Amino acid sequence: MNKSILKKILGVPALAALACGATAQEGRLDHAPISAVDAASLQAGARTFVNYCMNCHSAQLVRYNQLERIGLTEEQIKANLLFTGTKVGDMMKVAADPRDERAWFGNAPPDLSLEARSRGVDWIYTYLRSFYRDSTTVTGWNNTVFPNVAMPNVLWQLQGVRDARVEIVKDEGEERRELELLAPQGGQMTPAEFDKTVTDLVNFMQWMSEPHALERHQLGYYVLIGLAILVLLTYLLKAAYWRDVH
Amino acid sequence: MSNPSDDVNRLRRNLLIGTVAAGGVAGVAAAVPFVESMEPSERAKALGAPVEVDLSGIAPGERLTVEWRGKPVWVLRRTSEQIASVAKSDTLVVDPSVRQGQQPTDLNGNKLRSEKPDIFVCVGVCTHLGCSPSYQPEMDRFYCPCHGSKFDLAGRVYKGVPAPLNLEVPSYKYLSENKILIYADDKGT
Amino acid sequence: MAAVQQNVNTGGLLGWIDARFPLSKLWREHLSEYYAPKNFNFWYYFGSLALLVLVMQIVTGIFLTMHYKADATQAFASVEYIMREVPFGWLIRYMHSTGASAFFIVVYCHMFRGMMYGSYQKPRELIWIFGVIIFLSLMGEAFFGYLLPWGQMSFWGAQVIVNLFGAVPVIGPDLGIWIRGDYVISDATLNRFFAFHVIALPLVLLGLVAAHVLALHEVGSNNPDGIEIKKQKDPKTGIPLDGIPFHPYYTVKDTFGVAVFLFVFAAVLFFAPDLGGYFLEENNFIPANPMQTPPHIAPVWYFTPFYSVLRAVPPMMESQFPGVACMGLSVLAFFFLPWLDRSPVKSIRYRSTPYKWWLAVFVVSLFVLGYLGTKPTDVWGRFADALPIVGGQDRATWAARVFSIAYFLFFLLMPWYTRRGVTKPEPQRVT
Repeated sequence: MNKSILKKILGVPALAALACGATAQEGRLDHAPISAVDAASLQAGARTFVNYCMNCHSAQLVRYNQLERIGLTEEQIKANLLFTGTKVGDMMKVAADPRDERAWFGNAPPDLSLEARSRGVDWIYTYLRSFYRDSTTVTGWNNTVFPNVAMPNVLWQLQGVRDARVEIVKDEGEERRELELLAPQGGQMTPAEFDKTVTDLVNFMQWMSEPHALERHQLGYYVLIGLAILVLLTYLLKAAYWRDVH
Repeated sequence: MSNPSDDVNRLRRNLLIGTVAAGGVAGVAAAVPFVESMEPSERAKALGAPVEVDLSGIAPGERLTVEWRGKPVWVLRRTSEQIASVAKSDTLVVDPSVRQGQQPTDLNGNKLRSEKPDIFVCVGVCTHLGCSPSYQPEMDRFYCPCHGSKFDLAGRVYKGVPAPLNLEVPSYKYLSENKILIYADDKGT
Repeated sequence: MAAVQQNVNTGGLLGWIDARFPLSKLWREHLSEYYAPKNFNFWYYFGSLALLVLVMQIVTGIFLTMHYKADATQAFASVEYIMREVPFGWLIRYMHSTGASAFFIVVYCHMFRGMMYGSYQKPRELIWIFGVIIFLSLMGEAFFGYLLPWGQMSFWGAQVIVNLFGAVPVIGPDLGIWIRGDYVISDATLNRFFAFHVIALPLVLLGLVAAHVLALHEVGSNNPDGIEIKKQKDPKTGIPLDGIPFHPYYTVKDTFGVAVFLFVFAAVLFFAPDLGGYFLEENNFIPANPMQTPPHIAPVWYFTPFYSVLRAVPPMMESQFPGVACMGLSVLAFFFLPWLDRSPVKSIRYRSTPYKWWLAVFVVSLFVLGYLGTKPTDVWGRFADALPIVGGQDRATWAARVFSIAYFLFFLLMPWYTRRGVTKPEPQRVT
């Protein structure tokens, strides 16, 4: 009886971990093949972020000089990633006032420092690659992952332009309007190159959301080894004392 | 309760020593992050970053005050009379030959306590108890209102005042004819 | 002062202290001569672990308070400042967040031990009462602490829970305003929750834990066989035959428990601090936005069983209050266990079969309700038509209602089924 209760209690965290893989989104998300130890990918992602995203989005919890932790030197940061007037010790802010942005776009573009932790990398990866042309919206763009989003497709020159075809799908007696995305046309990159660019960008966003993640893992190994030694020693100590208890 | 034999006692003691030692190491290791967390953060370090000062706007005899690491730093463009006054105050100061370690080592022994004779840079904090002295060009000195300490125009402390040390000269270098960079050698102040 | 002192240093020092403070007496009474049953098993680790986690939360909390800013415009950023810019700030923050969930896991196991072995029965009712008050205070402490990061879940979770108090008849709305210090969750609310979380409730918890342990030591510990070891004492020494001194036996054994616990704790902290969104919720990485509620709000996992009960009860007489009352009762029910349980035996090892079935019902209900509380009500789809009597179209709501009723029946029927069935004879000595 006790053992089965024990199993139940140990099983719940395992179940919980399994149950919470994807964030609450309808439809499948593509898996972003990011690698936290790929410095080249992180640096490429940083460049894409500064050049394409930071026109509207800030990352105001991230300090420019922290980019030294993905392998960039202070000179490289100053030369390639700083806007005029910013210093390497500043936070990654944008010049625009959020109130202005709300007036221009309808919604202030959110700060992206923690986006990878709240949405998940797979969501962002799929989102950035799922824009399609839609003449009915203000921006002329729409997105299958985030319908009627106020953000335009800033990467369209790299990916090319996609259209979407409407399909009526019957599901459990209900009719659903499903969008099928067609292949992109006229992009500067091939689909594989574009996927790599977005992977690097999302990899960088993952890094931004938790800059100490790698350190956390590395320290974790040492701590677990040390604690394993303590487990062994305390067990032996306990056994030595308890030998005379019957 | 039965009495354990000597062997068991020795085993217990050894294991106890070993476990306490390992536990002690673990305890110290666990304390390190907490102690470290009280050190200056990235924000504090960024705010303590080097400061650039443009000298072109400073008139002769004018003292500019900039903030560096939360403290006032003075940049004084000394006139030729003020430079001469420094030599005259040799007899009034505690350390005329500049032997106190209150400046970068390459300025040791330099009576004007500056890279170039006209531009004088120092931290404007009295070495007594931390007030910021006022600039008294008419008396060729800095005067601290809190307890009456006096310093000459090379920041050397007068005899007979409460302050024990000369005003500190931070590390600085010329980036160009008219621009200096005030920085620290990461030893703090 | 003696003419000849052998150990001037320690003996003398200890003697000096003992003449002014009952140090040696406390050591003997509560450690070296506190005789605990020798048959403590796995379930008996959780008391000392709870104390460990309490100390850990206080220490990490102190260091977090050095950098945290309790202001609605600065709170969220200050937590990220700790995570990114304070040396090892990320480690201290994760210790605190993992520690909060660990606290509840440990406390739930600790409470379950009490239920399994009848530790709440006479003469230990007061230990149990202190314990239930500790549990309530812990829930409060967690609730107040959760607002502090000022994320979307922090804000909206607090909004919902304080509105529950607003559902109380007559005084509700004024009560809600008084708790918040404002008409909505605001900076005023944040500041007072900070005061409660950092000072008020930790002091209360420390006092209650001291009372809890003192009450335990006054009576002596229970054990997995549920028999009183003080009934069989050695005629010469007066020491219980099945008792062993807490120090060194249980101090040494609990150290092993601590090492194993820390290993699991560190594994989670360093490799999965979010634990799939259960320990650190994704929505809480978005700054609080009073204009926009996230699509799925759920309380943190340790509140979900009781939240499920709340959601299962439909509005009655145009009021949400019945649901609120049921949720409150689902927690307060634990108070009454010492008097609901009419069984002559304490430990589950000797209880009747009906009791074991009912305990299983309780555990299963708790887990199902807990799971359902983390999900939206349509997680299991809908029936074609509304069900009679129980009502509701969502299958999950139906299940929540059934299991809520089962949960309450465990308590309500206890006076009846603990008197039925055949109990096994209890042994004289521990097994």
